[in-house]
Amino acid sequence: MQAPQSTVDPAEIAKFEAMAAEWWDPHGKFKPLHMLNPCRLDYIAAQIAGQFDRDLSAPSPFAGLRLLDIGCGGGLLCEPMARLGAEVVGADAAEGNLHVARIHAEQSGLTIDYRHTTAEALAEAGERFDAVLNMEVIEHVADPAAYLAACRRLLKPGGLHICSTINRNPKSFATAIVGAELVMRWLPRGTHDWSKFITPDELYALLREAGLQPVDRKGFVFNPLSWQWRLSDRDLSVNYVTASTAPAA
Amino acid sequence: MDNPADGRILHPMTKDTDILIVGGGLNGPALALALARNGLHVAVIDALDEQLRRDDAFDGRAYALALASQRLLAAVGVWDGLAGHAQPILDIKVSDGHAGAGPSPFFLHFDHAEIEEGPMGFMVEDRFLRRALLDAMDATPGIVRIGARSVVAQSAGPEGATVTLDDGTTLSGRLLAGCDGRASGTARRAGIRRTGWEYGQTGLVCAIEHDRSHHGIAHQFFMPAGPLAILPLPGRRCSIVWSERTATARGIEALDDAAYLEVLRPRFGDFLGDLRLAGKRWSYPLNLTLADSLVAERVALVGDAAHGMHPIAGQGLNAGLRDVAALAETLIDAARRGEDIGALPVLERYQQWRRFDIATLALATDTFNRLFSNDNPLLRLGRDLGLGLVGSVPALRRGFIREAAGLTGDLPKLMQGRPL
Repeated sequence: MQAPQSTVDPAEIAKFEAMAAEWWDPHGKFKPLHMLNPCRLDYIAAQIAGQFDRDLSAPSPFAGLRLLDIGCGGGLLCEPMARLGAEVVGADAAEGNLHVARIHAEQSGLTIDYRHTTAEALAEAGERFDAVLNMEVIEHVADPAAYLAACRRLLKPGGLHICSTINRNPKSFATAIVGAELVMRWLPRGTHDWSKFITPDELYALLREAGLQPVDRKGFVFNPLSWQWRLSDRDLSVNYVTASTAPAA
Repeated sequence: MDNPADGRILHPMTKDTDILIVGGGLNGPALALALARNGLHVAVIDALDEQLRRDDAFDGRAYALALASQRLLAAVGVWDGLAGHAQPILDIKVSDGHAGAGPSPFFLHFDHAEIEEGPMGFMVEDRFLRRALLDAMDATPGIVRIGARSVVAQSAGPEGATVTLDDGTTLSGRLLAGCDGRASGTARRAGIRRTGWEYGQTGLVCAIEHDRSHHGIAHQFFMPAGPLAILPLPGRRCSIVWSERTATARGIEALDDAAYLEVLRPRFGDFLGDLRLAGKRWSYPLNLTLADSLVAERVALVGDAAHGMHPIAGQGLNAGLRDVAALAETLIDAARRGEDIGALPVLERYQQWRRFDIATLALATDTFNRLFSNDNPLLRLGRDLGLGLVGSVPALRRGFIREAAGLTGDLPKLMQGRPL
């Protein structure tokens, strides 16, 4: 049983505050995520706005929507979604991340429901969401089909599922493993197992198998000159993202 | 063990506003309008009282607004209140001059008809621009204005930025925008250092009335002591920006109006007929001052606070408004994707966008000034030939016109006439 916030050991708090600073340091070890984040958020925000007919230039455009971020880490996606007005649940299997995320959310003045749990456990408990964010997780799970089935069960009828991952081809091996892990040291060595990477067509097939209807896919393309990511309709050769919907009731 | 109920944190930090803007001059209000019209809340803290800002008498100061700047003002609802008082700049003539000898025959002529966008820019008087900005702020929801108050302290942290005013009030927001000029207290309090140097020149500024029509033509004469710009105002009036070595300028400043005009006349020439002073005379020591960084934790610098430059081509305000447009676009984009608008990754996008442009412009105006404020005969021949060359190559000439109109580079949407 976790102790209530007010009686947590101050030394522990200090440790997690330092970790929070690290998660949220744009030049720290999560730099690649920070660089990718605006591009991911643009995609997610536009897809949700489209699916639920919301205007992103209005205040709190996602008010009334319940959203789950699986593998939420320090809250890099949960916080923006909460700021856009969504009721956000962030789930992560690593408890340390959740302490970090809670501290940062409090500093940011945001209310986010962070939970130490899994997609399967949430589905089992009957939790349902308008949108499920499944970003850079599926390449790490043992059984993608079973995992996507759980994601499908988490969606309300007409709900939106956004899933990003890494393609499997020689270029993605060169970029994601040799480039990002070994050369740039952006990611800890061993972060990715290339054989678990999934091609866009394979992912579409898995989504359909899970009862979801794929509606869109785009590439995330890194420009090494501007050091910025952009969305691409055609280049899905390394990082890419998909949107799929649950059937309406 | 997991306990979902413990994950809920129910103490949201309250903020007075989204963005605290320090500075009520020109860039601060323009930024406030660009942000508030796109759904963000701002507070503008002005050290001066509004009635002082609204002073209606023509004081002799005017600005050359590049076409891109005019588009920004139109996009933020200021241009309608200003258009009736603006003088389009139809042509720009650049020549090398010698006091008393008139312009050199190798002059450059930039005609707006060579580009399709329209006039290269507009001349507007300071008083009309100030009033139009204040009126537009009055008509825009989401702007809180605090007049006649100075910031005495500021702090920044993960939760936001806070300023303390000289009456003890504190205000907090997610971002602090320093639009407080070349002596920016916002930059100093944020620990941002400045680099710069003096030119040993002083800019003398005044407005004149003249007998003949200026036909909307702006003139730039390069005199040995420094450049002289003659910029058309509505009616038979021009705004003059005139640079002299500081020692000479001090002597000229001390003269009475009649003697001042006697010094100006031979530099000016007689192409507009007889000259009379209109409004006050101003003088500004010319120096270049660049902030080492445009951003710090929860802080972004805009305009002269970021880059005080030589006003040789009237680029100070235009560069400032370009900062405004770039910062507004960066922040609105960030807000619409749910990012923390005061977080460093967002601010660094603004810095990355503006930094190269600012350094280039500062260097270009600096080099230009050093090259032209000189009476070395070889340099003189070289620049006459250079001016002749630019003037004889149409593509090069159009390039200069588009540059003068502010239409080059990575132009923010508000300066392309597009909404955010």
